[in-house]
Amino acid sequence: MTNLNTYRSGPDERGHFGIFGGRYVAETLMPLILQVEAAYAAAKADPEFQGEFRSLLQHYVGRPNPLTFARRLTAAWGGAKVYLKREDLNHTGAHKINNCIGQILLARRMGKKRIIAETGAGQHGVATATVCALFGMECCIYMGATDIVRQAPNVYRMKLLGAGVRPVTSGAATLKDAMNDALRDWVSNVDDTYYLIGTVAGPHPYPAMVRDFQCVIGEEVRTQILAQEGRLPDSLVACIGGGSNAMGLFHPFLDEAGVRIIGVEAAGYGLDTGRHAASLTGGRPGVLHGNRTYLLQDDDGQITEAHSISAGLDYPGIGPEHSWLHDSGRVEYVSVTDDEALAAFQQCTRAEGIIPALESSHALAHAAKIAGGLPPEHLMVVNLSGRGDKDVNTVAKALGDEHFGGLV
Amino acid sequence: MSRIPARFAQCQAEKRAALVAYVMAGDPDRAASQAVLDGLPAAGADIIELGMPFTDPMADGPAIQLAAQRALKAGGSLRRTLEMAKAFRAHDEATPIVVMGYYNPIYAWGPERFCAAAAAAGVDGLIIVDLPPEEADELVPFARANGIDFIVLTTPTSDDARLPVVLANASGFVYYVSIAGVTGTRSASQTAIDEAVARLRRHTALPVCVGFGIKTPAQAAAVAKVADGAVVGSAIVATLVESGPNEALALVQALADGVRGART
Repeated sequence: MTNLNTYRSGPDERGHFGIFGGRYVAETLMPLILQVEAAYAAAKADPEFQGEFRSLLQHYVGRPNPLTFARRLTAAWGGAKVYLKREDLNHTGAHKINNCIGQILLARRMGKKRIIAETGAGQHGVATATVCALFGMECCIYMGATDIVRQAPNVYRMKLLGAGVRPVTSGAATLKDAMNDALRDWVSNVDDTYYLIGTVAGPHPYPAMVRDFQCVIGEEVRTQILAQEGRLPDSLVACIGGGSNAMGLFHPFLDEAGVRIIGVEAAGYGLDTGRHAASLTGGRPGVLHGNRTYLLQDDDGQITEAHSISAGLDYPGIGPEHSWLHDSGRVEYVSVTDDEALAAFQQCTRAEGIIPALESSHALAHAAKIAGGLPPEHLMVVNLSGRGDKDVNTVAKALGDEHFGGLV
Repeated sequence: MSRIPARFAQCQAEKRAALVAYVMAGDPDRAASQAVLDGLPAAGADIIELGMPFTDPMADGPAIQLAAQRALKAGGSLRRTLEMAKAFRAHDEATPIVVMGYYNPIYAWGPERFCAAAAAAGVDGLIIVDLPPEEADELVPFARANGIDFIVLTTPTSDDARLPVVLANASGFVYYVSIAGVTGTRSASQTAIDEAVARLRRHTALPVCVGFGIKTPAQAAAVAKVADGAVVGSAIVATLVESGPNEALALVQALADGVRGART
């Protein structure tokens, strides 16, 4: 991290991005973490592994997905020329599958037979269950009991794919608690089990590895925007829970000084209400789930509950590399409320015929705020990280369409 | 100065192992928790592990998870944990107290300030579950400077190549986590424990205490035959909430009897 000419050299050999990251896990897990690190380092350098990864992204996930010019949103916002990166068109409906393909190949290479994962909205759970079906591996998904109710269609999807879904009732029974129980499972099944973490968080090497698998997003955007506009974008906007879709888009552009980069956290009911999921804006550095990063916590260092209308952003932490990019000032981090995200959800649906995930709607909401103040030649890329089919019940309820809510 | 070496020397002179008893600070409330803590030495506990409640105890099973939730709900905190240690010290100058928990509350307080406060409260050792040797440099120097032992966890997954790394920071005693798992669930076989303790002794001269999965006086006695100490936590915590302080202390007495009779 001492190389000041680049923002892309992290983490260091101990997994730190500045003061963030690291490996804060129980000793039982340390040898496993070190095995994952060694196995990933070998896989990363192996052309055969990379070739199989790229081939599955093309022939199974459906990449490259389009970079779509959002003609009517651009007109409505009256400023920057807005493009949408269409991760919603991936198999399983979100960017999560990119990382799952990479990690399932690694798990197979390590000879593991059983996969565990945590999920909040269920998108990572569905993507994990999908790759387990594809590779014939046993799959166990930890999901908070509260989220199981909120995301019932995804729960059934995972069951159809052959995964066992374990309801987590400890704590507040959401994503954070699901991650605790996944770690407890891993510590209890050290020989045959691989923990397939869904975001750029957790102990080293996960933040760097998940980032590497998701960087296909930004690499495609670079190629596509050069083909369509003949130059790089002026700004990138993506939503952030743990931050994997954002890191995947941002990382290939971090050293392009002319590209403004903006991450959008979930402000829930509003930052001043204390009921939000904006770790960078409303938290401070701490240690949880294997890494040091910005966390929502009280004065005693107890972790507080996050809130967002979007289950995928409802987490009190954020990937450690985002914490470092925040403190270094390279990336701007802002936040958007539930209501603003809901409005953007509806606007995108009506204007473009694309139903975005509530997570991605946070990125759209911020784009809506700033696009009008930018000149027409400004090229903005918004990451449409997932599709919103899973969210129609939540949206119907939030909009008071109770009658319609009962029909979907 | 830590009271831990003197206590092991005393146990060794009595040709027996130590009983290490764990309770969660503030569970189920401060008064009941303080009463149990204060009663532990008379019930036969040689060393006390005082749990520091945390919202996200990743290495603990249901009994200690629930204990932490109860303690936090009743106003428990890291500060209050040290207050309880200090209150204990007012009438017991000899029994070592080891505080055990997770790193974030300590990090929130600041490792240097925390170690000074812990020493002032009469704490003798620290066990931080999620601070492996790779990250321990940010805490160990402050513990050492304040005369507090940094007690390391070794596990069935710590192989001969890794043990020297783990033991490099160790003082006080070495805690052997006898199963790959969380607290209060399954138990290791006696053969596995015997082999592990023998292996650890080839790497360290420090006393070796065995924990995780020890629930009954008979299990504690079996461990006490080979190890320098037997750690019991979840069983005491569960008895406290299910049957009350007197029954919890009665269990500690029975465990102590088991440990003391093990080598006779």
